Amino acid sequence: MQTITLNVNGAPVTATIDVRTLLVQLLRDDLRLTGTHVGCDTSQCGACTVHLDGLAVKACSVLAVQADGAEVTTVEGVGSSEHLHPMQEAFREHHGLQCGFCTPGMIMAGIDIVRRHGADLDEATVRAELEGNICRCTGYHNIVLAIMAGAQAMAALPAAAE
Amino acid sequence: MFPFTYHRPADLDAARGLVAANEEAKLLAGGQTLIATLKQRLAGPSDLVDLAGVPGLAGVSRGGDALVIGAMTRHADVAAAPLVREALPALAELAELIGDPAVRNRGTIGGSVANNDPSADYPAACLGLAATIVTDRRRIAAGDFFLGLFETALEPDEIILSVAFPVGGAAAYEKFPNPASRYAMAGSFVWRGEGAVRVAITGAGQEGVFRWSEAEAALAGDFTPRALEGLALDGDAMIADIHGSGAYRAHLAGVMTKRAVARIVGQG
Repeated sequence: MQTITLNVNGAPVTATIDVRTLLVQLLRDDLRLTGTHVGCDTSQCGACTVHLDGLAVKACSVLAVQADGAEVTTVEGVGSSEHLHPMQEAFREHHGLQCGFCTPGMIMAGIDIVRRHGADLDEATVRAELEGNICRCTGYHNIVLAIMAGAQAMAALPAAAE
Repeated sequence: MFPFTYHRPADLDAARGLVAANEEAKLLAGGQTLIATLKQRLAGPSDLVDLAGVPGLAGVSRGGDALVIGAMTRHADVAAAPLVREALPALAELAELIGDPAVRNRGTIGGSVANNDPSADYPAACLGLAATIVTDRRRIAAGDFFLGLFETALEPDEIILSVAFPVGGAAAYEKFPNPASRYAMAGSFVWRGEGAVRVAITGAGQEGVFRWSEAEAALAGDFTPRALEGLALDGDAMIADIHGSGAYRAHLAGVMTKRAVARIVGQG
């Protein structure tokens, strides 16, 4: 067992864990932040995407001990039911989901795309950037639209961005 | 996962001490292969020595005629680094093709090279550009480094510090990715320098990355895709699995090489 201290969604967290604990297990099982999903558990699907020190990573492929001292942001940390993040609002507005299972990962990946490519995204860029996030319902069309719109909304509301 | 002890040493000496003292220890870099391997219980190291806390292992610098990339440099950072894009754009493009964005935010060049997966991308660039693998004790030419499937010249307790790529010539990398994993079904890194050509094939060979000497000889005389007509790799020496037969991979390697040559000619 090892004790780690990290910052999750702006709040300090200390946990004593088996070193084999994955970051996604710490988030879901210990911290009860179940917005981060486990889809494939093999780093293909992206449902577990969170931000680790500001970068999108697959939480099923990071040990929790590797996040010791780091800042982690999950989908619960980007907005609230009352005040959705512009990217979340864009997914709602453009119906960028059907069953919703992949959506938390899509939101976190989408925000990371904006971080790296800026607000003016074209469709080809978004589609290429989503190669690590799998959706089995939508056919991606509205997800791509939502991320492009969310990027514009984030630029228009810089204070609301992550 | 099998049980292990986790360490995050604060300097290189401590890391070296830990791997030397524990025969079954493994170094952890970005973990994008190793953690999946641990989850599947395909590896059971006694100790994991995380290099994340060792300073000075990440970053790109230009030293004379070489581009030096620290072992812990993430794929995303290699792809984005202006120094790499300017000096060796083919290397930046290769890094951009590894896995997916989240994997590129974690995975490192040192981890990829040390693992020597037969379908990984970086080994092709190392062979194609005649890179030097710099470790805590010596410098190893890429041609002497990759020994076979997941096998390298590294001693069990040897730590890669950086990879040095000679700058110069023209290069291109073309790969046909597996649509699910993004690993190369076949990838070809072609380099053309003053009177010399190198062709390194990954994803296809049963013994891992290799130089395709027949293609190099043909291209040395006539650097055009047409020079490769009639040349074929031996399908029986290629990987055959559920994703494709040996003959299919042999064919793909040829197609990727032609595309890489065409791109270099087009840059010309």
